[in-house]
Amino acid sequence: MTGTFVGMPAFPTAARAALADTQLRSNLAHATSTIRAKRAAVVAEVDDWESLRLAGAAVKDEVLLHLDDYLVQLEESLTAQGAVVHWARDAAEACAIVAEVAKAHDVDEVVKVKSMATQEISLNEALEAEGIAAWETDLAELIVQLGDDLPSHILVPAIHRNRAEIKDIFTREMGNAGRPAPDDLTDEPAVLAAAARRHLREKFLRARMGVSGANFAVADSGTLVVVESEGNGRMCLTLPEILVSVVGIEKIVPTWSDLDVFLQLLPRSSTGERMNPYTSTWSGVTQGDGPQEVHVVLLDNGRTRALADEVGRQALRCIRCSACLNVCPVYERTGGHAYGSVYPGPIGAILNPLLRGVGQDEQVDSLPYASSLCGACYEVCPVRIDIPSVLVDLRAQVVDAHRGGLPKPEAVAMKGAAWSFTKASRLAAAERASGLVGRVAQRWGRASLPGGRRAIRRAPGPGAAWTGARDLPAPPTESFRAWWRRTRGGRSEGAS
Amino acid sequence: MSARDSILSSVRTALTSADRARVEVPRDYRGARDTGDVLALLAERVADYRATVRLVAPDDVEGAIAEALDGVRTVVPPELPWSVADAVVDDGLSAAELDGMAAVVTAARIAIAETGTIVLDHTPDQGRRALSLVPDLHVCVVRSDQVVGTVPDAVAALEPVRPLTWISGPSATSDIELNRVEGVHGPRQLVVLLVRD
Repeated sequence: MTGTFVGMPAFPTAARAALADTQLRSNLAHATSTIRAKRAAVVAEVDDWESLRLAGAAVKDEVLLHLDDYLVQLEESLTAQGAVVHWARDAAEACAIVAEVAKAHDVDEVVKVKSMATQEISLNEALEAEGIAAWETDLAELIVQLGDDLPSHILVPAIHRNRAEIKDIFTREMGNAGRPAPDDLTDEPAVLAAAARRHLREKFLRARMGVSGANFAVADSGTLVVVESEGNGRMCLTLPEILVSVVGIEKIVPTWSDLDVFLQLLPRSSTGERMNPYTSTWSGVTQGDGPQEVHVVLLDNGRTRALADEVGRQALRCIRCSACLNVCPVYERTGGHAYGSVYPGPIGAILNPLLRGVGQDEQVDSLPYASSLCGACYEVCPVRIDIPSVLVDLRAQVVDAHRGGLPKPEAVAMKGAAWSFTKASRLAAAERASGLVGRVAQRWGRASLPGGRRAIRRAPGPGAAWTGARDLPAPPTESFRAWWRRTRGGRSEGAS
Repeated sequence: MSARDSILSSVRTALTSADRARVEVPRDYRGARDTGDVLALLAERVADYRATVRLVAPDDVEGAIAEALDGVRTVVPPELPWSVADAVVDDGLSAAELDGMAAVVTAARIAIAETGTIVLDHTPDQGRRALSLVPDLHVCVVRSDQVVGTVPDAVAALEPVRPLTWISGPSATSDIELNRVEGVHGPRQLVVLLVRD
């Protein structure tokens, strides 16, 4: 079915491969610039956007700081509304609960609403191992699933595919999963959407069990909320007899009325619309309407680890809108696969290390460095997650986790710099040495920078990586302190 | 230890050194916006989603419904306040039977002008959720006294115990190159009849 992120190389290696893919870069540049413009237009319509952001962040902080209380309250309200509440410490427990529900009803296929939580726990693969087919019904998820591919964006997992590639995937694969694509399929988006409608309809109509996540879980009313566009969510939430929703424990909002913040923040930040086409809310079981057996799986899977991180805790405010991906200069060029996780982009660069811990996996440890720290992600974040600050803090954690053992060249260089800067005589010696290098470079340096200063094109040793992408300006032949002494602070300038 | 107790205990441990005072939420976003003529704004914003919007007088509702349906096979909820000729009344039709219906006519609970959204709470004048989902044409009748200005106004007026469906235009997707295309799984055509009292 879908591929796996297990065994992905660290970000710099994966990014290099992605950057060489010109098709990918053009698909991403086109898609991210489209969505950035749409978001900017609908956010500009709202005069009190900043008030909404402040309120959104505060509501989420209130939940996180009292998460134990709100979890207990949510469990009570859900149970009172007729839902069955399960708790899962990790992915394996969550998958086992979903599989158990399916097996208890002799169900061998489920229809799925797009859900980051179920992606995170690799639910489809776990169900497949139990002989249960999990059909993704979101258009982009369908493209990824049929193409045996990996998601590369939170909102639009197939953002790396253009219409021609999608047409090829549908033509090739739809027949293997059910109703084949029509012979006259074209690469018009409307025609492709119609093919997905026909392909999935039979699955919706016969499905006995639906699986979803939730965008929000309301503690005081026991209400779950799914925000979507296509109507596939409504199909999965409404037509089956049994519904299982896997919900991260951070998805809680305290009261029903708190939704008035998030139902404004999310659609405008996410798809750049005033409102997404469909939002469904339900509180447990409603007699005679929709699934008559409703399960909710409350998932930890590293969230309490993230909660313990004082700086990183704010990442749990995330409402998975993807605005940070769409504005990120790094994401726009490398795409999502390079991050090696279902959570790519700036939020993925902090969320993955926070959920999984640093110092154990080279790939995870590489993510906090997958950023230029430009801060665009913080500016667009609807719940004001200060991603750059969390990145910097996580970098420190990664460095701390790797103390001991053979130090890296960068660490040696920094140690050396610290040693020279702590004593004037050492600094003077270092300056004399760098002046010597400068004089050699003045004479022999090939490149020259704007303004005529000579530059070193290729530094030797560990410095080679740095000069691989830029020229190193030649060190000045005379240090500031030497100049000061010689000219008596500039008073006899020119008298050399 | 059960998974429940273990998660709750991890949460408490994670927050041992945190300041757990109540976080004040600034609510100045509520009631801050003046949306003016809500009916006109709603009509404009619904049309923006490429839905069809018609302003009708109370006496013309049934005529407007018939015109929108144009004689196709139609299902209606048990207590629709308007009569629709030859319509099938939903008495628990199966999903497959609903799939054989070309259109559905429903009332609504509330409409939000600023975002062009109609909210159904699936009482008997609107029918259960599947009814307004499976047929390809949804004709929805909204009375002018049901129109509110903003999302906070709507949330305050709605009852979470009811299942709710918020509808903003016809089914759509942005999944192909992030261009919006109308018409995927939900009704591909949405006709909103705004009844001006």
